[in-house]
Amino acid sequence: MADQTLRQWLLTDTPTSRRHAKLSAIYQGWLSFRGNTMAMIGLWILLALVGIAAFAPILSPHDPFVQDLGNRLAPLGTESHILGTDSLGRDILSRLIYGSRITLYIVALVALIAPVVGLLVGTVSGYVGGWVDVVLMRITDIFLAFPRLVLALAFVAALGAGIENAVLAISLTAWPPYARIARAETLTIRAADYISAIQLQGAGAMRIITRHIWPLCISSLIVRVTLDMAGIILAAAGLGFLGLGAQPPSPEWGAMISEGRRFILDHWWVATMPGLAIFTVSLAFNLLGDGLRDVLDPKGGE
Amino acid sequence: MSMLDINDLNVWFGHGRDRVDAVKGATFTVARGESFGLVGESGSGKSTILRAISGLAPLWSGGMAVDGTALSKQRPKAFYKTVQMVFQDPYASLHPRHSVDQVLGETLHLHGFGDIDARVVKLLDDVGLGQKFRFRYPHQLSGGQRQRVAIARALAPEPELLLLDEPTSALDVSVQAEILNLLVDLRRDRGLTYVMVSHDLSVVGHMCERLAVMQNGQIVEIMGVETLRKMEAKHPYSQSLLAASV
Repeated sequence: MADQTLRQWLLTDTPTSRRHAKLSAIYQGWLSFRGNTMAMIGLWILLALVGIAAFAPILSPHDPFVQDLGNRLAPLGTESHILGTDSLGRDILSRLIYGSRITLYIVALVALIAPVVGLLVGTVSGYVGGWVDVVLMRITDIFLAFPRLVLALAFVAALGAGIENAVLAISLTAWPPYARIARAETLTIRAADYISAIQLQGAGAMRIITRHIWPLCISSLIVRVTLDMAGIILAAAGLGFLGLGAQPPSPEWGAMISEGRRFILDHWWVATMPGLAIFTVSLAFNLLGDGLRDVLDPKGGE
Repeated sequence: MSMLDINDLNVWFGHGRDRVDAVKGATFTVARGESFGLVGESGSGKSTILRAISGLAPLWSGGMAVDGTALSKQRPKAFYKTVQMVFQDPYASLHPRHSVDQVLGETLHLHGFGDIDARVVKLLDDVGLGQKFRFRYPHQLSGGQRQRVAIARALAPEPELLLLDEPTSALDVSVQAEILNLLVDLRRDRGLTYVMVSHDLSVVGHMCERLAVMQNGQIVEIMGVETLRKMEAKHPYSQSLLAASV
């Protein structure tokens, strides 16, 4: 035991305790995740994004809000403005760096609300069935019937303009597809023998849903969430463009695109740089999501 | 005293025009400590009887009593401490994301046992699985090992009546014999009562003392295993089943 390395301890075939088995499973998941190059690229990009957001004041060369009208729309590579300046002479690089905070905020909030609500509604609806299913699914249908942005507009109008309310509104409109996925998965799982087996142990509906059905629904939801992230960032930008999301001086990436849209033919970088940032982050989320799905599904992880 | 009393049991699926009668007027009793077989071809309703007893088929009429207590539509928790079931397909009856330890631990927890660690260890020993399997996931186990886990799960609440739904039909022939011997040993050691469904007459002949032959949802004949061995079945369907299995 003494000359056993930590690696051997973690990779053992015969764990000695529940904690040992858990750590071992996590380590093996990490190993298989690490073997997926694309997923690792996604993870590094997102870690970099978190780092940039955390150290924005140190990293950014300029104040993102200071205007310099004498130096507006400076091209790429201008001295001290590597990514140029926007229509008010603000340094685009600094705005992108500060904007990463807002992007992370949007992503975190939406990822916390929409899939959780969807999972709850979908699994309860699918497992309980009967009139509960009918009621919950008709509510879902009503939400699905509205165009997403129009519904978000209505919510924001009711809640008040601002990035928090915009994100809340987007989450409220984003959950129905998750509910549908979770319900469909639940319907296939519900009739499985292992669910019958736990019913025969006298387990209640709540326990079966949270302990036995959720773990099987979560991987497909995670993939769907990561694929939706790009759309969510853009929807937040769209609300900002309509004056209902991020308010003007705020360096939100989507708002920066809609601002730069006016100059896209003569000064393409103003809209392109934040666009590239959104593209990079969305791509990172997709790559990470693919890798996570492989790790979360032990059957596919071989 | 009889462990299981089934009286004029009807089980059906669906309503109105979609209604399918799976079991029609089944009547039999199983004595305490006895091993009773249900045989018949696919779709004859033998598995459905087990599902009705265990409470997984909610649409039924007639009388069912376990250990003298009549069963209602809602099963109390104590029922699951007396009656347990082993499913046919061990590849489908274990949760793919739960380790053996989680499966057995949760079952023990649900039945209110305190010394879960010691009991998990003992259960794995009882079904002939070593401790090295304790933290494995189902996809790391073979079919026979999975079925042993499923048997351990059914034994966890220390039941008296075990319902076996073709417990070996999804396994290789060599593994089948191991599992059947394990079931024979467990019954002897624990004084269990078995109701075993199978379409394999040799399995039933090996495991059971009496058997019922089913056809199209009805029990056509109940006979002792000696009758089976001597090929003295009375009903023409049983005779043809016997003839086909020789």
